[in-house]
Amino acid sequence: MTKSVLALAADDIRAGRYAGLSIGAWRWLAAGGAVALAVALPFAASKYQVFELTMVMIYAIAVLGLNILTGYNGQISLGHGGFFAAGAYTTAILMQRYGVPYWATLPPAALVSFVLGVLFGLPALRFEGPYLALVTLAMAVAVPQFLKYFDTWTGGVQGINLIKVKPPSGIGLDHDRWLYFVVLVILVLAMRVAANLLHGRSGRALVAIRDHPIAAAAMGIPTARYKTLAFGTSTMFTGVAGALAAIVIGYVSPEGYSVFLSLSFLVGSAVGGIATIGGAIVGGLFIQFVPNLANDISDAAPWAVYGLAMLLFMYAMPRGVVGSLEPWLRRLSRRIRPHDAAMRK
Amino acid sequence: MTAQKAIMAGLSAASLVLAGGLASAAEHYGPGVSDTEIKIGNTVPYSGPASALGQLGKSEAAYFAMINDQGGINGRKINFISRDDGYSPPKTVEQTRKMVEEDQVLLIFGTVGTPPNSAIHDYLNDNKVPQLFIATSAEKWNDPKHFPWTMAWSPAYQTEARIDGHYILENLPNAKIAVLYQNDDFGKDYLTGLRQGLGDKADKMIVAIKSYETGDPTVDSQIVALAGSGADVLLIAATTKFAALAIRKVYDIGWKPTQFLSYVSNSVGAVMKPAGLEKGVGIISAAFDKDPTDPQWQDTPAYKEWLAWMKKYNPSANIADALAVDGYGRAQTMVAVLRACGDDLTRENVMKQAASLHDLKLPMVLPGITLSTGPDDYAPMKQMQLMKFDGNTWKLFGDVLSGS
Repeated sequence: MTKSVLALAADDIRAGRYAGLSIGAWRWLAAGGAVALAVALPFAASKYQVFELTMVMIYAIAVLGLNILTGYNGQISLGHGGFFAAGAYTTAILMQRYGVPYWATLPPAALVSFVLGVLFGLPALRFEGPYLALVTLAMAVAVPQFLKYFDTWTGGVQGINLIKVKPPSGIGLDHDRWLYFVVLVILVLAMRVAANLLHGRSGRALVAIRDHPIAAAAMGIPTARYKTLAFGTSTMFTGVAGALAAIVIGYVSPEGYSVFLSLSFLVGSAVGGIATIGGAIVGGLFIQFVPNLANDISDAAPWAVYGLAMLLFMYAMPRGVVGSLEPWLRRLSRRIRPHDAAMRK
Repeated sequence: MTAQKAIMAGLSAASLVLAGGLASAAEHYGPGVSDTEIKIGNTVPYSGPASALGQLGKSEAAYFAMINDQGGINGRKINFISRDDGYSPPKTVEQTRKMVEEDQVLLIFGTVGTPPNSAIHDYLNDNKVPQLFIATSAEKWNDPKHFPWTMAWSPAYQTEARIDGHYILENLPNAKIAVLYQNDDFGKDYLTGLRQGLGDKADKMIVAIKSYETGDPTVDSQIVALAGSGADVLLIAATTKFAALAIRKVYDIGWKPTQFLSYVSNSVGAVMKPAGLEKGVGIISAAFDKDPTDPQWQDTPAYKEWLAWMKKYNPSANIADALAVDGYGRAQTMVAVLRACGDDLTRENVMKQAASLHDLKLPMVLPGITLSTGPDDYAPMKQMQLMKFDGNTWKLFGDVLSGS
């Protein structure tokens, strides 16, 4: 018996196929499409736009670090700008004083920010919620002063100029596009590492500590160890972002790491979705573009526009952009599964 | 074709080529230039902790607005694109790149602050974009050999220190000099300049040198140590907060040297008052701009013109704000350079004209001080006049002195 088109389509959906492909296949296509877009974009965009997109990705890596700590583990940090600076200055000092090539400064920058984060995370165990926020705020406020004080190392107020990165010859990429791809690779790597961490046992432990710390401890999760490691891992991500920022901008100085930077990271994190991985990219877009757009909208009160934008986002999507979209996506896949399971019987 | 048509065609072609040739000889345009406008870019902290310096950008915009109302420069209006960088160097890099690459400005003018300018120093020189009349006074901006596209405007710190050195040699030849300096490029520039100003006598005359870090809470111990050296002249190469602390300490311990104060820290409101007005009597500093509150200029035509401009084009600014005088003079210099370019408005010619200033007089700069530059000399202002604090205001004295 021949079936009508509608009946065939219904059969397809019951079998978990959309236009001939399963959800899994669609996911691969989407991922592939995103990668293709990310790879093609720098060739369609101008040098300046490529630079902007590179900064978006750098902020995304920084915000991802914050998401791990504040979103998944519930420890508020208003001081991540300080760790961003730690990574940036590690790279700057290694490149300028010791002539280390830019790519070789990334592991030390990661190590330094990780260690700093663990050192900070240990005493931070004593604090909860708003008190932790204050302690981390102290970090944000103190770091620019430290940078000015230890000026034999940091160049003080004058800052450090970094030598311009030369793309490897023979690849045919200019400076901006080469750095775009370097940062892209690190972003993808960071998201992979974060996904593995957060979707596995460690991630569940972190979330358990966030939501029910006493129950988590009673279940045998070593909360102190996880919280400290979460701090270190988070600051490591943000420190690597700082190192990349130093390389891309080509200059570091204490003025670039104000309290406002730390606050921007938190804003980006919240707007994107504080307990998500993809939200970090939305956060990066927000941090890079909204202040400029606000300036275009209002010459006189750009920060009022910025504040308004923040409020609108949080009102419309309280869990952040990706945080609010995730349940929809999950709902979509849930509708198929009961049928799948039924079909497999 | 008939012979007549051939001749006409030939003549038309020839005249087209000739006209084209003449046109290209007459007008050379760099990016951002057309028959009707010249685009120039600028970043200034309009927000953030340094936003008081935003007045520089506002004054410059106001001056260009007046020039545009008067017909522009050689018939072209100035399109002044001024963006906020919040004194954050990464933002400066971003906005400057945007202006150079997206807005296609002819040049970057008047960027404020040493760190912001340091951040774009390499980029602008690599891309051969003029970085003109920037608002910072470090010595490193006067380096045409390595950075031929960068030029500052106001006198460098070393210039003031050299002037102090010359003055001491002439008027206090037996002085024993103590120096308090901030331990960074700013303070070190002063020490270097003082040595240059004193020449061979430097090692003999400088008896004590103490530095401080910007993170230090006080400079008391340094002042006491310097007083103990028996010096009778003190050079304070410090920024506002530390200058106030130093002045107060010197008075409090009863030490009475002849004090020379860096011109970045001579604000009555920000330094002399917190130190204690009576404690600063007799201190010597230097100036290059006319103080808008100084009564001796009130009736002069130059001041009246400035005041009229302030009222019409820059009404939001405070009449006593020295930054409004600074921005006015800076913008005037920019206009003079662009006017000198005529129709050859390429980046190369802009730099050439900027490096060919001969005794340019500006109405709100102290009489006797003129701007001059050359291919090896990218420091437009090398002169200053000394002034003494009388407990209330600064009073100019003596002649304009050269710091070269």
